[in-house]
Amino acid sequence: MNSSPANHAAIEFRNVSYRLENGRPLLHDLNLEIQTGETMVLLGRSGSGKTTTLKLINHLLSPTGGEIRVEGCSTAEWDVIRLRRSVGYVIQEIGLFPHFTVERNIGVVPSIEKWDADRISRRIDELLQLVGLEASLASRYPHQLSGGQRQRVGVARALAADPPILLMDEPFGALDPLTRVDLQREFLALQKRLHKTVVFVTHDVREALVLGSRIALLAEGRLVSVHTPREFLQSQDPVVRSYVEAFRMNGDLSADRGSS
Amino acid sequence: MNFLQFILNNRSQVVELTLEHLWLVGISTVLAVLVGIPLGILITRKPSLSKPVLGTANVIQTIPSLALFGFLLPAPWIGERSDRLAILALTLYALLPLIRNTYTGIMGVDRSVLEAGRGMGMTDRQLLWQVELPLSLSVIIAGIRVATVISVGMATIAAAIGAGGLGEFIFRGLAMVNNQVILAGAIPAALLAIFADFGLGLLEKRLQPR
Repeated sequence: MNSSPANHAAIEFRNVSYRLENGRPLLHDLNLEIQTGETMVLLGRSGSGKTTTLKLINHLLSPTGGEIRVEGCSTAEWDVIRLRRSVGYVIQEIGLFPHFTVERNIGVVPSIEKWDADRISRRIDELLQLVGLEASLASRYPHQLSGGQRQRVGVARALAADPPILLMDEPFGALDPLTRVDLQREFLALQKRLHKTVVFVTHDVREALVLGSRIALLAEGRLVSVHTPREFLQSQDPVVRSYVEAFRMNGDLSADRGSS
Repeated sequence: MNFLQFILNNRSQVVELTLEHLWLVGISTVLAVLVGIPLGILITRKPSLSKPVLGTANVIQTIPSLALFGFLLPAPWIGERSDRLAILALTLYALLPLIRNTYTGIMGVDRSVLEAGRGMGMTDRQLLWQVELPLSLSVIIAGIRVATVISVGMATIAAAIGAGGLGEFIFRGLAMVNNQVILAGAIPAALLAIFADFGLGLLEKRLQPR
């Protein structure tokens, strides 16, 4: 058996369940392995348990059953602060600090990691370039940016300390369709260079098919299936098919309107 | 005008009492800040304490000021000197706006911002100092502003227990049935309140998060 790190699952869910304090279960017996360097999309409706799954990885939530192993070590054993600093996190509302400039926002993790000022400012320049933002934006505040620019800052911030794992919770959900497509394209290009392990939450089938190396479909707190995009489109599973049909219908509808 | 004449003739005493007044208000506000803000922070961390703490501060605020001075009179050390007594009473009155504004300010910080901070691995202390306090600073300053204005007014009553301040004129004027003497205390006190309100209001606006 080969146990080299390359074959190691970066993130592993073992019989994980999560229920709220009032007993309402949000996640049932989840088993899922996410390989190093892949983009695993968690797809499902709202309330299906996608975001819960994501927050279990950086221990914003702790499982009520089973365990999650990140880089081979259970999240219960990780020093939670260390764990979170080695896992980048991008959320839909972005959560940029409104009282920090763009550069300070990007430099948050390096600065709490006590990097020296030179190294931080070099890293900020590098990241601005990486996510396609002009250096002149560095001294702006988040409220002075467009939605797309803000989201880029969010991505740059998550990448700042070069974490091996990136968690993205509907990062492009609030953007207009054109900006969204731009950012999806840039995400693919970025991922081709960086090879991060990405866990990406979305309810958008198209986005899942475009970005994912594999798609984990969740429904009502259960894992329905894990497929590559190609398998996903060909799957006979009724739940998967309902998604694929919705996706195709959407395409057909727009095609119809285009031809009329 | 006779009133201006009175002020001019007694200007050294007006200045002295104004300074005394400022001292009472200043010391008690600083004490209230030192106690109230940490208490406000504490109850954001331990929500089960928020009701009893806010409730107690609320009850204190409803005690009539003269009665509060009376209650505190038998207290050891405090009761020995009337200015200590006055400062303690003013501090207690200033607590509610400080605790309440610190609490609501911090609780009002955008949840997604906090979640992002926590998700990036900020410790509770880093979140507090780098995110929660800066973002709620203007609300906290608003609390200091309310507390200061209340204190300026309340401190006039401290003269009733001999703690000095501009209330001296007011009580003396009441006893003498002399409006000019009353105004010599009331007008400077009102001006103090207006200046404090204006100055802290400016600060509050400057610190408002964008």
